[in-house]
Amino acid sequence: MTAYGDITWLWVRAAWVYPGSFVMLVVGSMLINGLDFVGLWIMFANIDHLGGFGLREVALLYGASGIGIGIADTLIGSVERIGTYVRTGRLDQMLTKPVPLLVQVCADQFTLRRLGRITQAAVVFAWAAPVVDWTLLRVLVAVVMMASATVIFFALFVGFSCIQFWTTDASEFANGFTYGGNTVTQYPLTVFPREVLVSLTFVLPIAFVNWYPCLYLLGRDDPFGMPAWLQFCSPVAAVVSMALALLAWRTGVRHYTSTGS
Amino acid sequence: MADSLIEVRDLERTFTVRRRTGGLRRRATTVHAVHDLSFDVPAGEMVGYIGPNGAGKSTTVKMLTGILVPTGGHLRVGGLEPAVQRTELARRIGVVFGQRTTLWWDLPLRDSFELLRKIYRIPEPTFRANLDRFVELLDLGDLLYTPVRQLSLGQRMRGDITAALLHDPEILYLDEPTIGLDVISKGRLREFLRALNAENGTTLMLTTHDLQDIEALCDRVIVIDHGTTVFDGPLAELHRQGGSTRTLVVDLVDEAEPISVPGAEVRRVEGPRQWLAFPADASAAPIVSAVAASYDVADLSIQEPDIEEVIRELYARG
Repeated sequence: MTAYGDITWLWVRAAWVYPGSFVMLVVGSMLINGLDFVGLWIMFANIDHLGGFGLREVALLYGASGIGIGIADTLIGSVERIGTYVRTGRLDQMLTKPVPLLVQVCADQFTLRRLGRITQAAVVFAWAAPVVDWTLLRVLVAVVMMASATVIFFALFVGFSCIQFWTTDASEFANGFTYGGNTVTQYPLTVFPREVLVSLTFVLPIAFVNWYPCLYLLGRDDPFGMPAWLQFCSPVAAVVSMALALLAWRTGVRHYTSTGS
Repeated sequence: MADSLIEVRDLERTFTVRRRTGGLRRRATTVHAVHDLSFDVPAGEMVGYIGPNGAGKSTTVKMLTGILVPTGGHLRVGGLEPAVQRTELARRIGVVFGQRTTLWWDLPLRDSFELLRKIYRIPEPTFRANLDRFVELLDLGDLLYTPVRQLSLGQRMRGDITAALLHDPEILYLDEPTIGLDVISKGRLREFLRALNAENGTTLMLTTHDLQDIEALCDRVIVIDHGTTVFDGPLAELHRQGGSTRTLVVDLVDEAEPISVPGAEVRRVEGPRQWLAFPADASAAPIVSAVAASYDVADLSIQEPDIEEVIRELYARG
């Protein structure tokens, strides 16, 4: 972990050599993401409810998942590039260094560019916050939700990037699940049929990113009649998906070290 | 040999290659990249590891460094099993892949080194002493603050070698270290490696196509072909067994009959230019002076035997 800190710190310092371009990147990403939310806003100028949810409620969902993917993407975004590392031989170089491969891959070319994304999501979340009738338990659920959301996206990034150990061009495929998963979480899942919710609960645990915990925050009954205890299960989903992702990673590295070039 | 630093016994590495056999059908075939390979390297030795393209050199080095898992046989480096104890082994070895850099493309050299200090947890005094020493020996002073992508091939190679040595490795693997370098840079690099071996006792394993690298550095040569050792011994012995020859290329002022001097024979004549072959372990000096004494010479050059040719000869002689 100290190695992770050292490597990322070096990249941050390197980026500060050009503070102007760094600031532009952050502001640019904030603007692009800001426009993203404006889209939702405009939609609500014409409708009062989306899938039975009001604007602030949708904003709560949007903010929560945005913070999660923003933090995960900042911490380990480089893992998407392992296909490139394999092709260029960079992975071989990393394998000759005394630091676990996953740490090196995640920390490589660390950038704070995604701060814009996190800030924008946090602003939206803060704006939506008054819609919740806050209690101590709800604050706790909100904090755990964001931590779990980060870990779940973390697991999706790592897990699906592993495919690149077998076929080095699979990064787009992985993006479908990570960024695609993020898009799905920006809407109340009531806009989809029940089957979608079921698969987002038990196959890809994306519903745990924000949907279930937000139902608790909003004090709503589950519109699909799913059991209420699922609303507290985000940390479990996070731990399970992380474990599976690490298993996939190990298998991927083994496969790599036994096929080579 | 219990005191060997590198211990290789009956090492095997197979790859499964799927080939298309028309249409969508694919057939899996097994390729033996390394087969029945055995050798030992005691600490402090400088070994040349050579062989034609595709002979299994890189596969061997990748197994020695823990990048690849062997499919059979026994392998120990410094008492460790490389693929299993990879990160532990990494602290004790340095690796330089000639065509690929270990440095961070967008960072200045100094930052790359600083990062390596942290990755290897090199104590500050050791790091400073080593960096100062290598910067001086490899003449990197002016380049420390240049981003790696702006360095020339030779400069980058010097940076890479420094990067591989900052943590005082016991073994240094060099894959084609002088490829693409000019004559002066090659000479300086070889001199540096010799000094490193003499002063630090660093064991050197060098894969190369350049026989002069071997000549300048290695007491011992291991030749590998089709994944297995075909020769293991001193370079002079390889030349003797391979019957390899060097070639003196003579440009005469005018066209002439084939040159006749003792110890060399004419292989080819093309106008005023003639090619004279002589044994690789013989000195060129008496032949050059004999030619210069009897003919009007415009220019002279010497061609070293190339590795593929030596190995071909080795086979031809059985």
